[in-house]
Amino acid sequence: MQVVGLEIPRNGKVVTAREIGVVGCQRCTKVWPLGTKRCTRCGATIVSRDHKALQRVWAWWIVGLLCYIPANLYPMLQTRTLVSVQQDTIVGGVVTLINHGSYGIALVIFLASVMIPVGKFLAIAFLALAAQRGTTSPSSQRMGLYEIVEYIGRWSMIDVFVVAILSSLVQLNALAAVNPGPAALFFGLSVIFTMLSAQSFDARLIWDAERS
Amino acid sequence: MSTTPPLKDLIVCPNCDAIYHVAEPKFGERAVCQRCHTVLIAPRRRAGAQIIAVALAVFILVLAAAVTPFLSIEAGGARNSVSVLDAALIFSGGPLVLVSLGTVAMILFIPLLRVLLVIYVLFPVVADRPPAKHAAWAFSLSEALRPWSMAEIFAIGCAVALIKVADLAQIAFGPAFWMFCVLTVLVVVQDSFLCRWSVWKSLETAK
Ligand SMILES: [Zn+2]
Ligand SMILES: [Zn+2]
Repeated sequence: MQVVGLEIPRNGKVVTAREIGVVGCQRCTKVWPLGTKRCTRCGATIVSRDHKALQRVWAWWIVGLLCYIPANLYPMLQTRTLVSVQQDTIVGGVVTLINHGSYGIALVIFLASVMIPVGKFLAIAFLALAAQRGTTSPSSQRMGLYEIVEYIGRWSMIDVFVVAILSSLVQLNALAAVNPGPAALFFGLSVIFTMLSAQSFDARLIWDAERS
Repeated sequence: MSTTPPLKDLIVCPNCDAIYHVAEPKFGERAVCQRCHTVLIAPRRRAGAQIIAVALAVFILVLAAAVTPFLSIEAGGARNSVSVLDAALIFSGGPLVLVSLGTVAMILFIPLLRVLLVIYVLFPVVADRPPAKHAAWAFSLSEALRPWSMAEIFAIGCAVALIKVADLAQIAFGPAFWMFCVLTVLVVVQDSFLCRWSVWKSLETAK
């Protein structure tokens, strides 16, 4: 696949829409005169820089964090066998898997349910603070971080699906049964809210924030 | 300020605000933002017809995968096999019912809805007819739903679940698991065929 260059209006240097007094639609990339409120091609609201977006980012971020706390305190799964009843929190479930020698799955769950959510909270907070206060870190690196957050955040949902699958599958009368715990709800909500937080972020602010 | 070219010949990168003169790439080429490397234009020959074909395949697979079992379990004579609908409906009663609604939405309803929206938008374009009513709205909705369509994550979830209870009982993949694997590939193919800029342009010029 060949990559073709787009022509840049001025000689050599990348120019932003704001610099030449126009504004681009973030949904369909159409260009409008500055001050246009709505893109008639796709119906999206147009803003040159959405600073209110940062408030939405923080609002979803806080709600997501508030849900992530009970998600770790309550049990995710309750496993009942002939000999025992066991309740596992997210971290407890990982420890159980390690004790059973399932290191690969322990790693998958640890990544999806602990590393990715925590990393995501930190990454979004860093990006939002950098946009608010300016930063010396290169824009391209922060853009890379934003793309990773957008791409990987949804995968945290895997633990909720595993709980749903196990609870429906392992229903073997007296022999064994798995039932979902309240943490499944809080964890799912936390993933949804952090996805909304990341989606609210205006990526263009990444490129404005770099101090020269 | 020097002369600005007509606005319709320009394109703005939604991720970094860089502005370019549109130099429309040939089929199979890609126009990439030089500042942030977002792919801005990537036209494909006969992309519309191919996307519709893939969308129909996705539609049938999702429906079939919903009702056939994806995992079955056997231990001490007791046997159980579950479909996605069973799995999604397990959180019945109490606030956990929200989890089942969310699960059904993300692995069945949203993928199905996106398929219908994409066909609705692209069919008139492919057939050289004027765009469907509210096509812009339908395409916007389909794009907004993209991150919430999670069939591929569910497929990996099945594999994780299988290994998790492997020492508790004998479990095996059912046909729906393989359908979800195919589905994962199809969704990726569909997204890589879709050039958003071309779709928006076709919706506009035909207006
Ligand atoms: Zn637009
Ligand atoms: Zn860009």
